[in-house]
Formats: sequence, C-alpha cells, structure tokens
Amino acid sequence: MAVDPLIELRDVNKYYGKLHVLQDINLTVGRGEVVVVIGPSGSGKSTLCRTINRLETIESGYIAIDGRPLPEEGKGLAELRAEVGMVFQSFNLFAHKTVLANVSLAQLKVRKRKKDQCDLRSRELLERVGLASQADKYPAQLSGGQQQRVAIARALAMDPKALLFDEPTSALDPEMINEVLEVMQQLARDGMTMVVVTHEMGFARSAANRVVFMADGRIVEDRTPEAFFTAPETDRAKDFLSKILKH
Amino acid sequence: MDVLTENFSLYGKGFLGTLELTVYASILALVLGLVMASFRVAPVGSLRVFGTVWVMVLRNTPLTLLFFAVLLGLPRFGLVLPFKVFAILALGCYTSAFICEVLRSGINTVPQGQGEAARSLGMTFGQTLGNVVLPQAFRSVIPPVGSTLIALAKNSAIAGAFSVTELLGTYKTLNELGYSIIWTFVWIAVGYLIITLSISALFNVLEKRYGVAR
Repeated sequence: MAVDPLIELRDVNKYYGKLHVLQDINLTVGRGEVVVVIGPSGSGKSTLCRTINRLETIESGYIAIDGRPLPEEGKGLAELRAEVGMVFQSFNLFAHKTVLANVSLAQLKVRKRKKDQCDLRSRELLERVGLASQADKYPAQLSGGQQQRVAIARALAMDPKALLFDEPTSALDPEMINEVLEVMQQLARDGMTMVVVTHEMGFARSAANRVVFMADGRIVEDRTPEAFFTAPETDRAKDFLSKILKH
Repeated sequence: MDVLTENFSLYGKGFLGTLELTVYASILALVLGLVMASFRVAPVGSLRVFGTVWVMVLRNTPLTLLFFAVLLGLPRFGLVLPFKVFAILALGCYTSAFICEVLRSGINTVPQGQGEAARSLGMTFGQTLGNVVLPQAFRSVIPPVGSTLIALAKNSAIAGAFSVTELLGTYKTLNELGYSIIWTFVWIAVGYLIITLSISALFNVLEKRYGVAR
C-alpha cells in the first residue's frame, strides 16, 4: 500500500436500481502514483472513476481526497472538485467558447485569477500540449486528439492534485491516440497522480505504477503492470488478457 | 380610413397601452421564467418542487381566471396597486411558466457532459448554469421564446376587460361613436401586427446572430 495516500476508497458500494455496479471497492492511490484501471466493459471502471469526484453518488462507503472526506453537494464539493481534474471520453470541451476560453474559464471563475493571468497560464499549458497555435479556434474546428489535449490542458489549469482519466482515448481515431498518450506519459513522468481508465495496454505497461483489474463491479487484481501482464492470478484476468492480446 | 385619422389619439393610447403591457410583462416573464427554469434543474429538492408547482399552477389556470385572482384577490390581502401593474403581474407570471418550460427544453438540448465538465472543474451550480449551460441552451430557445412573447402580446387584450387601457378595448368607444365595426377592427389588427411582427423581426435577428451552432 502507498505511503502517502491521496485518494482513498473504502468499502464503496453503488447500485443502478438493482444492478450492483460497485461492490465493496477498496482502493488507495498514493501521491504521485499512476493507477491504470482496466477490465471488460460494464465492469464498473468508469463508474469507479466518476465516483472519485462525485459525478456519481455512492450508496455506502467512504471516499477521501487528501485526507478530507468527499463533501455533500454544495460549495465544499465544488472546492474539492477543483483539486481533482477530470478528462472525459467525449472531451466535453465547452462548445460555445474558444480553446483559450475553455482553458481559462474555470481559472477565472473558480480560482478567481485575473483575466490576463488566466490567459497567460492557458497559453503556457496549450504550448505544453502542443496546441498553442489553435488557441483562438472553437472546439469543433479541432480533431479529436487535439480536443482531448485541450481538455487535459483545461484540467491542468486548475493545478489539480490528481487527474482522473475516463477512457480518454476510446473515442479517438487510432492515429490520434498516440498524441494524447504522449501527453499523459509526460504527465506521469512529471509526477502527477493519475487514475486512468483505459483499454490501452501499452500505456498501462509503460506508465502505470499499478494495474487495477475490475470485473463485475469488483476489483479482482491490484498489482504492478509487470506482474499483472506476465502472470495474472485470476482466471477472469487471464481470460480478459487472452482475448485482448490475441491480435 | 376615417376611423383611424379621426381617432388617432385614442388608437395611439390603446397601442401604447398594449405596447407597455407587452414590454413590461415580457421582461417579468423572461426574468421569472429564467429563475424558475434554474429552480427546476437545481440540485436542491425544495427549489425543484417550487419551480414545478409554479409551472403547474400558472400554466394550467385560464388567464382570465388569473386576472380575476390577481385583481380581486390581492387587494383583499391589503395589496393595492394600479390595475395596470396588476395586469402586468398576471400576464408576466402566466407567461413565465411557458418561458420556464421553453428554457428547460433548451437546457436539455445541451449535452450532459458540458455540465459535468464544468462541475468537475469546481464550478458551482450557478456558475455552471450561467457560463456553460444557458449560453448554449439560449441559441436553441430563441424561436420558441419569440412565439411565447407573441402569444403574450395578444393575451394582453384580456387586460382591457379589467379597465386597463389597451388596444382592443378601443373598439368599445369607437363602436358607441357609430363607426363601422369592420374598419375599427382592421385598424386594431394592424396595431397588433405592428407589435407582433416587431417581436418576430427582433427574434429573427437574434437567431441569425446567436443561433449558429458551433
């Protein structure tokens, strides 16, 4: 277990009606750790990711970020969410705002920074994800890969303690996946705490400190990538890996 | 033609009365409608209930009945205001229920992910609604809001029955003076057309300017 826990989930349970999507989830993510969550679709990995900043509520259990339990709806929750960035499968860039304004908006409204400071910081971050030249375009004018990199810059603009990635490359054309993964690799190298739900096994192998394998709402394995990919312990994981690594 | 030229000041007063009712009630309806739509999508249960009840009561009450309730009911509780203000209140509140539902359908056209992204960045409900959701909802509600305000302009005629000066009410005086009923009404209709077509034109401009999907 991690020495300095940043994200903690204890005995978390969630239902969609009768469907028990998260069953007694226990997960601790240490500061600076990169945890990749994989598993078959419907296993609850996206839901797990979304419960961490309470985009999904839970029925029972305990979630804490940096030692503070996740607050109920309201100002406290908003403050906590500002500390945890999120990158979505469908990018979710604000369609009515330019790329620059997308990255600046929350700095302006949540961090209450001055407008020119926001834009300066935004341009810095866009530079970092290789999109400085696209600042004045609208999201719809960018490719999927570019949009996702803007989304990462937008999340970084809040100087979050941790970043959650909910299948960040699943909606992308194959040739655009790498540009997004490279940005994520760089973040991992820079010591960002990351929880990444993905199907990119290459990324899991190279960037993750731990791989969490989920099936049917449970965490089935939680090990180093090396150990998981070379010698999975459970039949469920063996079965999953044999299916995706066959081609 | 004589009807108009000989009674221009009467028509003018009526026209201005209708215009005044329309403008003030529209403003009230838009503000209240926006507040109620926000209530109906708020994370606080009691606000949602309030918004729902507001819409249910006002949308399902006949407007004439609402006029009676406001003009005769409120003075009983010690609230005495000029009839014109009462009429604006009744008309504005009534229309706000429709505006609320139009705005809510606009809010529903904005993909959920937009709100989720805003919230995940730490924006509060109000910030999310004001900066992300409503600006995008706005462009799809321009045409139906226009229609609702046109309906309001025409509904303002009911105020005439409660001795508020407005356009339709002018026919009574003119009728007594012995003018042709047909021409009297033709000019009244023209007056309404000027108002309603102006609203149409305004919303066409708004749609051209803001209704572009990006």
